[in-house]
Amino acid sequence: MSSAHHDHHESFFSKYLFSTDHKIIGMQYMFTGMFMALIGGYFAYVFRMQLAFPGQDIPGYGLLTSAAYNTMVTNHGTIMIFWVAMPVLIAALGNFLIPLMIGCDDMVFPRLNRLSYQIFLISAIVLIASFFVKGGGFGGAWTAYPPLSAKAEYNLTPWGSTLWVIAVALEFVAFLLGGINFITTVMNSRAPGMKWMDIPIVVWMIVIASILFMLSVGPLIAGAVMLVFDQLIGTAFFEPARGGDPILWQHMFWFFGHPEVYVVLLPAMGIVADVMAVHGRKKVFGYKMVLGTAIGTGILSFFVWAHHQFVAGIDPRMANLFTITTLLISIPVGEMCFVYIATLYGASIRYTTAMLFAVAFLVEFLIGGVTGIFLGASGSDVHFHDTYFVVAHFHYTFFPIAIIATFAAIYHWFPKMFGRMMNETWGKIHFWGTIITFNGIFLPLFINGLAGQHRRIFSYEHFNDLTKFQGIRVFATVNLVTLLAFQVPFLINFFTSMFKGQKAGDNPWKAASLEWQCPSPPPHGNFAKMPEVYRGPYEYSVPGRSTDFWPQNERT
Amino acid sequence: MGASHSHAGNHSSGSHHGPGHYVKIWAILLVLLVLSILGPEIGVKWITIVSAFGIAFVKAYIVVQEFMHLKNERRVVHYALATSLIAMGMFVAGIYADVGRTAGENWKNQAAQSLIDKHAAEGHNSSAPH
Amino acid sequence: MGAQIPIATTRSATGVPTGRLAVWWVIASEIVIFGGILVAYILGRLMNDYWGADAANTNVLAGSVNTFVLLTSSLFVVLAHQAAENKETDKAFRYIWLTILGGLIFLVIKSFEWSYEIHHGMTITSSRFWSFYYTAAGIHGLHVIAGMIIMGIISFDVKKGKFLHRVENIGIYWHFVDIVWIFLFPLLYIAK
Repeated sequence: MSSAHHDHHESFFSKYLFSTDHKIIGMQYMFTGMFMALIGGYFAYVFRMQLAFPGQDIPGYGLLTSAAYNTMVTNHGTIMIFWVAMPVLIAALGNFLIPLMIGCDDMVFPRLNRLSYQIFLISAIVLIASFFVKGGGFGGAWTAYPPLSAKAEYNLTPWGSTLWVIAVALEFVAFLLGGINFITTVMNSRAPGMKWMDIPIVVWMIVIASILFMLSVGPLIAGAVMLVFDQLIGTAFFEPARGGDPILWQHMFWFFGHPEVYVVLLPAMGIVADVMAVHGRKKVFGYKMVLGTAIGTGILSFFVWAHHQFVAGIDPRMANLFTITTLLISIPVGEMCFVYIATLYGASIRYTTAMLFAVAFLVEFLIGGVTGIFLGASGSDVHFHDTYFVVAHFHYTFFPIAIIATFAAIYHWFPKMFGRMMNETWGKIHFWGTIITFNGIFLPLFINGLAGQHRRIFSYEHFNDLTKFQGIRVFATVNLVTLLAFQVPFLINFFTSMFKGQKAGDNPWKAASLEWQCPSPPPHGNFAKMPEVYRGPYEYSVPGRSTDFWPQNERT
Repeated sequence: MGASHSHAGNHSSGSHHGPGHYVKIWAILLVLLVLSILGPEIGVKWITIVSAFGIAFVKAYIVVQEFMHLKNERRVVHYALATSLIAMGMFVAGIYADVGRTAGENWKNQAAQSLIDKHAAEGHNSSAPH
Repeated sequence: MGAQIPIATTRSATGVPTGRLAVWWVIASEIVIFGGILVAYILGRLMNDYWGADAANTNVLAGSVNTFVLLTSSLFVVLAHQAAENKETDKAFRYIWLTILGGLIFLVIKSFEWSYEIHHGMTITSSRFWSFYYTAAGIHGLHVIAGMIIMGIISFDVKKGKFLHRVENIGIYWHFVDIVWIFLFPLLYIAK
């Protein structure tokens, strides 16, 4: 059929740098995301060391000034959300999996796909550049509220703040383009016989996430242009002293910011669904319910954003409304968690590393979700806003999303990507080392938040009623350092298995979805003969069959 | 194999009209344009709103249906566009109470208020269109 | 390296050709971008009546002529589409370039308009009304330029009879740019 003969004569550059193959582009996003995670993790290490041992020299960094602390905190958050969670969960997995899972040979617009990654890469370079300019990187928190973010005399980072906004804007453009590619591909290019309800849940989730992203990011792109103008040419869009309105920025930001967390949550939940089905040898309980709830969650996510602004001076009648909607949204998400538990019930669970991470996602995310209730109710939020309670809550949601689900995905799809298996023993060591330390960092921080410890503060030495919690701060930091140390075996496992791991074969997990019905790794063009689909993606343990899985493209 | 341009199952290009059809639509749009300019000249506020904005919606509707052939498109495209518009509606509804205010229950923006007062003092150069 | 069109691009499970489906999604995303800035402007304008004093100084004649120009260019691009449907490639090519000419005239009028206004002290930083005026119309103008460039690029393939479906797709984008102006016109010029 088409294009296998091309590859033999391609140079390194045309094969990798300018490749339009979705699998290569997916890996490029993944490796870039992993690299940025190292930077984001390093920043967390630096500022947590400062918090635990204030004013002391940090090994591997030096002395941290208060301005640099702000930069670290700001960019840790920004990097983890925009340059780790989104590229890995959506761009990397979406690119790699979608054409394979729907049975076609590439994305509908391969060159647009290439362009998307190039814009994304430039955005990462712009962000990193912002750390090296005069004044250093932007330090006004990832939420970038003006006037702090707009006026250099306040934020002291004249170049950094503009470069930051530009980097984020470029990342948005890359994901808008990528999202259109994904949505169009899934809508149009499915294998013959693959109806909407035969699509794996992870693909649905990535598409819904792309739509959510597209619909919510518009006002923020407009806002970003306005903010850059305020920064550079002296317009007064957000400047109260000249009639501007800083609350406008907050609304533009959070109108995007809240759906954004579901943009990253849904793909993570999709990964967990797929991993649980394969490693539990059981269909996902209530496929349609999962879909319906995901869509319902997505829609509701547009109605809740001002719960981030309860104490900002918004109209209290609106605050009442947003409290109700925010509490309501816990219902569909909770229900999805119940569906996953129901999927596990009665399943033949194989405790592979991927499955362990998938189960851990459920447990940790439930803690995150439940603690969100306290923040979603405006009355209690008045006490909790801007404390470490918020920090602990969102790490109990974001960490499962960006890290735990990502590891589940990597351990599960690594064999397909590289044709080799990762080492399971080291995987389990990595798992326990990550999960235990993660809880060690953030569970105690709820206590600090309850006691009123504010976030984004350089040092608590002079907060007299908080000095007794210094022990918790040190404990959290020690756990963080240990957590980072446990990522070393993962990285070693990852890179050595790529070359020396046990060969995987086409379908090591005996899975039913289409991506496993082709070689590992798939060649250019994916399938020697384009598959036709006869059933859904989760036909496991079907009674009366000799094998416990029934591939989608097998006629009988 | 594989057509180089994708016309799979496509029936909605609306090319059953001659060019005259489109010229006719264009003429209607021009008439609407003129009306929308003249309406505000009358000076009555609600006439201004209806003629300027009402007609803008009508013109947009005509362009979308007739030039962009949305009326011939599959439903899924309609849904996609509808979700965008609904998202915008959500945005307006959510921020309407907060944006552009110069005073609240416990605060007052002196700088903004003085701007308003300054312009009021300079005489109401009313917002009647020119 | 991507010279071959994948099978994926030729499939159409929804019945809408892939390119056109994608353009509609582009429109959907642009609605929220322009919507964001226009909503911010509208709310600002409603809350700040004194903006009317600044707004009275926009050039209604320039705005009206520009609206006429864009509407006419929309006519040309839909005629280009029709010609492409009938495989009249030379005619399609000419209509595409007439559309581009319309875009150019729009930009020229706008540059005269803006030069006059800047020269008379109505700059982007003079007041919040003018900030919104230049920002909104500026973002719109960038989209006009982008449309013109894309139309120029595809016109040469069209002349050779290749990728004719692209005329319809860029046409949809161009009509959207026209519609944004249809709303900017009353907001900034006639119902200020």
